[in-house]
Amino acid sequence: MTDNATAVRTDRVTAVRDAAYRIRHHVLDMGEVQGQGYVGQALGVADLLAVTYRDQLRYRADDPHWGERDRFLLSTGHYAIGLYAALAEAGVIPVEELETYGSDDSRLPMSGMASYTPGMEISGGSLGHGLAVAVGVALGLRLQANPARVFTFVSDGELDEGSTWEAAMGAHHHRLGNLIVMVDMNALQADGKTETVLGIEPAHDKWASFGWFTQRVDGNDVEALLDAFDRAAAHAAPEGTPSVILCDTRIGRGVPLLEQREKAHFMRIDEHEWQACRDQLTAGYAGSVNA
Amino acid sequence: MSTVKDGAVTAPRLKTSAMIASFADPGQKTAPAPFGRALAALAETDPRIVGLSADLSKYTDMHVFAKAHPDRFFQVGMAEQLLFGAAAGMAETGLVPFASTYSVFAARRAYDFICLDIAEPNLNVNIVGGLPGLTTGYGPSHQATEDVAIFRGMPNLTIVDPCDSVDLEQAVPQLAAHAGPTYLRLLRGNVPTVLDEYDYTFELGRAKVVRPGNDVVFVSSGLMTMRALQAAEALAAHKVDVAVVHAPTLKPFDEATVLAELDTPRLAVTLENHTVVGGLFETVASALVRRGLTRRVVPIGLPDAFLDAGALPTLHDRYGLSKAAIVERVLEELR
Repeated sequence: MTDNATAVRTDRVTAVRDAAYRIRHHVLDMGEVQGQGYVGQALGVADLLAVTYRDQLRYRADDPHWGERDRFLLSTGHYAIGLYAALAEAGVIPVEELETYGSDDSRLPMSGMASYTPGMEISGGSLGHGLAVAVGVALGLRLQANPARVFTFVSDGELDEGSTWEAAMGAHHHRLGNLIVMVDMNALQADGKTETVLGIEPAHDKWASFGWFTQRVDGNDVEALLDAFDRAAAHAAPEGTPSVILCDTRIGRGVPLLEQREKAHFMRIDEHEWQACRDQLTAGYAGSVNA
Repeated sequence: MSTVKDGAVTAPRLKTSAMIASFADPGQKTAPAPFGRALAALAETDPRIVGLSADLSKYTDMHVFAKAHPDRFFQVGMAEQLLFGAAAGMAETGLVPFASTYSVFAARRAYDFICLDIAEPNLNVNIVGGLPGLTTGYGPSHQATEDVAIFRGMPNLTIVDPCDSVDLEQAVPQLAAHAGPTYLRLLRGNVPTVLDEYDYTFELGRAKVVRPGNDVVFVSSGLMTMRALQAAEALAAHKVDVAVVHAPTLKPFDEATVLAELDTPRLAVTLENHTVVGGLFETVASALVRRGLTRRVVPIGLPDAFLDAGALPTLHDRYGLSKAAIVERVLEELR
């Protein structure tokens, strides 16, 4: 790498790490409003959201409906707490509004819905829908010669649903090179560990056998994520194969107190613990910056 | 938690809180996981009973059964088509499956599998749907406001909308004993215990007059019977005498009992935790018309709309299911 390229790279990594820290902070603030929620998942995917919103997506914060924006489809509606944090980081919604999260008449309901929130492209929550809709968006954009790409966020649990695989076949059949899927492989579902609920491994081989350009990375390694997204972007073509990035993430990442929680799917966090969580997050972040 | 802002104390802000919020009133008598406990108890004496869930056993009280009978519980993953296809296959081998998920996923997503694999061959598969009607503030992805409308069109399917823990405990063995498929609108977690105060037992296919009254007759199902009874108490203070007819079996519907009660000059009101399209109200209305009875019936139920997300008490008030809203509506009708 040239000195200039190295500097650019360092700037990208720093920008994403800073964004991920702020996203995590927003998530904890929102979680405190409710006292509980899908906080663990949101912390786990903060790096992924930071790479997406800080580094990859083309959008206009003041014009969420800009026609050429890259679409970000959140199939997992319950991850909305994470996406709201990312949308605040992106400037699409005001940071102050986050404190209304999950309250009556808020634009930020607990499950993400397109009709409520600027920047929310679809109503998820019933799982296994996002990829099918993404196929339609990708087909529609290509038909209209729109260069926008379709980033779709799904969870490993959604790989249980047959509808996800129908869409995966459709995307490859239609050569949707403008479609990039990220899968949160956090290995946890509502009833327990993914491997005990319904085994989905070898996930990489499954996607690859469906014809997708398949990568698997540590979803909490910002540099690895950047490389994977860069490779997916380089691979993208109007008549290419769709891309999937399987991201192994850790529930509660960045807050050791929550990383160790046994009951992690829908976390209950005591009133006195929130500040400790924020302190741990900040200490960890400061440590990584100084390292 | 109240907050102090500019010297003024503001009311606590209601929040959505848990996805599976309780609709029990503060201090109300409740029973924990009545469905799961009844199923586990039934399985002690009936070796045909098996349980299945699609990654929601903890949220449909099926985990109680799973813990008691681990060898007879099957986790199929978040795959509702597999859930009901496999339940059908198990029933074909002579087992009696109870298969649980949320009502939305059973009704909307797995309809074809329930219809063709279970209902058409008339198998003894018991579909257990959590979060029926408006029992979560989580928004339309999880609010099964039209599940009865969807399922009423399915031949062979028996539909039960229990009021409380008494209904649930007594229904489970009867659902298992019933030869064909059933759909149970599950109330889970700490479920109110209401009907023990009345001379009542659940009988599959039967409606029951749980409270007599001269001025108004309520026909209700599900948790709305609890609200109907509370509203009847409150209306008594307004010198309005209200009868309550509880119709937990929505299909086949006990027309004889309900129409006998409606064929009077009293103000008739249906109350349901479901859209007014295709549920209890329309069941009652069609029965009246078939018998040539001309009666006005006031429908209390959810609007024909996708509902808001929010706190459950707020939403029950907003959409007219709360006790106060029912009382108000009845007094308005009587003015």
